[in-house]
Amino acid sequence: MSFDVDVRRRMGPDAEVAVRFSSGPGLTALFGPSGVGKTSVLAMVAGLLKPDTGHVRVGRETLFGERVDVPADRRAAGYVFQDARLFPHYRVRGNLLYGARRSGGQGMGPAEVADFLGIAHLLDRWPRTLSGGEAQRVAIGRALLSGPRFLLMDEPLASLDAARRQEIMGLIERVRDELGLPILYVSHDRGEVERLASTVVEMG
Amino acid sequence: MLLTPEEWGIVRLSLKVTIVAVALATPVAFALAYLLARARFPGKVLVDALVHLPLVLPPVVTGWLLLIGFGVKGPIGGLLHDWFGLTLIFRWTGAALASAIMALPLMVRAMRLSIEAVDRRLEGAARTLGAPPWRVFWTITVPLALPGILAGAVLGFARSIGEFGATITFVSNIPGETETLPIAIYAALQVPGSEGVVTRLAIISVVLSLGALVTSEILSRRADAGRGQHVL
Repeated sequence: MSFDVDVRRRMGPDAEVAVRFSSGPGLTALFGPSGVGKTSVLAMVAGLLKPDTGHVRVGRETLFGERVDVPADRRAAGYVFQDARLFPHYRVRGNLLYGARRSGGQGMGPAEVADFLGIAHLLDRWPRTLSGGEAQRVAIGRALLSGPRFLLMDEPLASLDAARRQEIMGLIERVRDELGLPILYVSHDRGEVERLASTVVEMG
Repeated sequence: MLLTPEEWGIVRLSLKVTIVAVALATPVAFALAYLLARARFPGKVLVDALVHLPLVLPPVVTGWLLLIGFGVKGPIGGLLHDWFGLTLIFRWTGAALASAIMALPLMVRAMRLSIEAVDRRLEGAARTLGAPPWRVFWTITVPLALPGILAGAVLGFARSIGEFGATITFVSNIPGETETLPIAIYAALQVPGSEGVVTRLAIISVVLSLGALVTSEILSRRADAGRGQHVL
């Protein structure tokens, strides 16, 4: 079992995010319309948002539960945000290496990841000079290089045009198949979900 | 421009007082700015008001409060005197303290705005990449707020170098010890026939203040290289 999540959190006077699912290996898609709290669920799995009740388990490890709340920096989540969220004061190289200190030699090195994602020629650029697709590939690379035990992807294709979507989707398939990391993937696009997911969790 | 040795002494003293004042005030201002920007605690409104008090209080009142608090028999001044042999009253160190306190509100304001402008989602992203809170602070928060921190420090410098009311109340006018530029200009104005001195010292004041503002702009542009946000 990859993800075993049962979380509930009040988001306002009459808004609540609640979801329960467990899934096998491969890519698990959180699917549903905008505003049902898919991103909040990812944030709770990453440790950036604290559930009111419930549990978060990934693989055999409990990240959140009774008397357990692993801090975000020790969850080893490779989080790819919808808006890439690159650090504006680091060049692409600095962004890629920001989390690399914890990976400890496992998995791919910086050069391999840069090749794998086709961003080797961007290493000396500042994030603000990148196109949407380039920024998203750097964000995926940054997450992969942080030595993650699982990946969280929040609509990584949302800000891209059709050609870029195909390209990044191909990359995600390669990450899924070649690296074998469990992926929790948020989307509101049925086509994407059908192509990528082995488990689909409907929200809303 | 030709200055007499006494006038150079006044400029040197002013710079010494101001640099020490800014060095003293910058960490305090940053800590207060961070607290006010990020923390939630009871009495925050009061802390905020106290920080801003020197901005609105008549400077002579701030100077008088410093006299009471930091005089040799005052509650804080007494301790400094007994424990460290440190006397502030009628000394250039006292002038630096007065300047620091008068500059603090402006510095806190500039730094607080820049800390509030830091995108907290970037801090969250850094946490997921394995950075503990202290590393996020030093590698994300501080660098992103740096233009505002520098601008605040230089603004404090400009405010400090013009400080008059609280300083003359607290440490009086002692040539060579507490006679900073504004105090020397004021003293010269009382003496008939010293227009030359006043003019020269006033020009120095304008040059230093203008220089501080231009420096602040250049610093924030450089800190900004390749990114594109501006403070001033």
